[in-house]
Amino acid sequence: MVFSYYPGCTLRTRAKELDEKARKCAEALGITLEEIPDWQCCGGCYPVASDEIATRLSAVRALMAAKSEERPLVTLCSACHNVLKRTRHDLQTDETFRDRVNRYMGNDPVYAGEGEVIHFLEMLRDKVGFDTIRAAVKNPLTGRRIAAYYGCLLLRPSGVMAFDDPENPTVIEDFIRALGAESVAWSMRNECCGSYMALEDKGIVERKSGSVLANAKAQGADTVITACPLCLYNLQKFGGQDLPVVYFTELLYEALGL
Amino acid sequence: MEQNNLKETLLRISGVNPRKCMKCGKCSGTCPSYDEMEYHPHEFVSMVENGETEKLMASPSLYRCLTCFACVERCPRGVQPAKLIEAVRLAVIRQQGMNHLKPDQLPDMLDEDMPQQALVSAMRKFAK
Ligand code: SF4
Ligand code: SF4
Repeated sequence: MVFSYYPGCTLRTRAKELDEKARKCAEALGITLEEIPDWQCCGGCYPVASDEIATRLSAVRALMAAKSEERPLVTLCSACHNVLKRTRHDLQTDETFRDRVNRYMGNDPVYAGEGEVIHFLEMLRDKVGFDTIRAAVKNPLTGRRIAAYYGCLLLRPSGVMAFDDPENPTVIEDFIRALGAESVAWSMRNECCGSYMALEDKGIVERKSGSVLANAKAQGADTVITACPLCLYNLQKFGGQDLPVVYFTELLYEALGL
Repeated sequence: MEQNNLKETLLRISGVNPRKCMKCGKCSGTCPSYDEMEYHPHEFVSMVENGETEKLMASPSLYRCLTCFACVERCPRGVQPAKLIEAVRLAVIRQQGMNHLKPDQLPDMLDEDMPQQALVSAMRKFAK
């Protein structure tokens, strides 16, 4: 299978290992991720106000590129995923936005948010299947205790993201078990790490990431996994625990014996 | 902007109807930034409704929302407080010279591990 792929700015720079290992894992599972041409940065944060048009155009262009390739668009960074899925939803449901975008871009025919956007984790769950992954594991992570950190952007708002149950998600836990490891039960897995406050007010981030990691540690995790480069940075830098935080793709890479 | 017009604009661009709020406080109870804020999510909702927008526009609380969408997800009435906070923040930073974050401040805030995502997100939230 070939899917279209949107890496986003951070995966080309600070989070290269998230990108590279994900592609290799996908290949090992029979999926080629083909980068869409000339993609632009999504902007990191979805522009919430309904009169923000230009700030959503880079996401629209990515969606249209995948649509013209007639393939699902796979994303890996939680932030890109949030922006792309929500912009797609706007194109489908907000007539004013759709009209203004199409008029500005001179689209004929009109683009109305067609095509699928899926996160890499959704791809593993829905397109590959955890049973297939379980069968492909060469180095089961037996004895490891892994905490699944969702953060905010994968899950919320759930009506639009439709990623998993927003309060009791299971996809990352199922992923962990498919790799042969034990998934740790903990309460802070969908709480915020402090996000972009890392620039301006590191105190907030210390308090937020600190309580997240303290909870994972108290529940006996030996590793925390995430899909978000900013969560990873905040937890590692400001979490205040001697507890490794890695991308979920790094575990997959290890378990697949690549 | 004249108060009534401003309120109308805020409600329009946020899509929030403050009258749906039943003042249960769940949004503020779940807000990870609660302790960092002068005005809390439920107060944004009632203060915009009551025409007290100027106090909100002058408050550092505008720059304490983490856009985690917990308040949006957990509000039992679908009010979406974060969208209103965003609209009030935009009413400030869309004014000439009112950016909260300026590019020349950035170099001092960075370190070599910080992901680009943090920069673009903060600039999108705090500058126009
Ligand atoms: S959770 Fe919703 S209904 Fe309750 S106070 Fe907040 S905005 Fe109002
Ligand atoms: S989106 Fe902002 S106001 Fe709402 S819960 Fe998160 S930090 Fe608080």
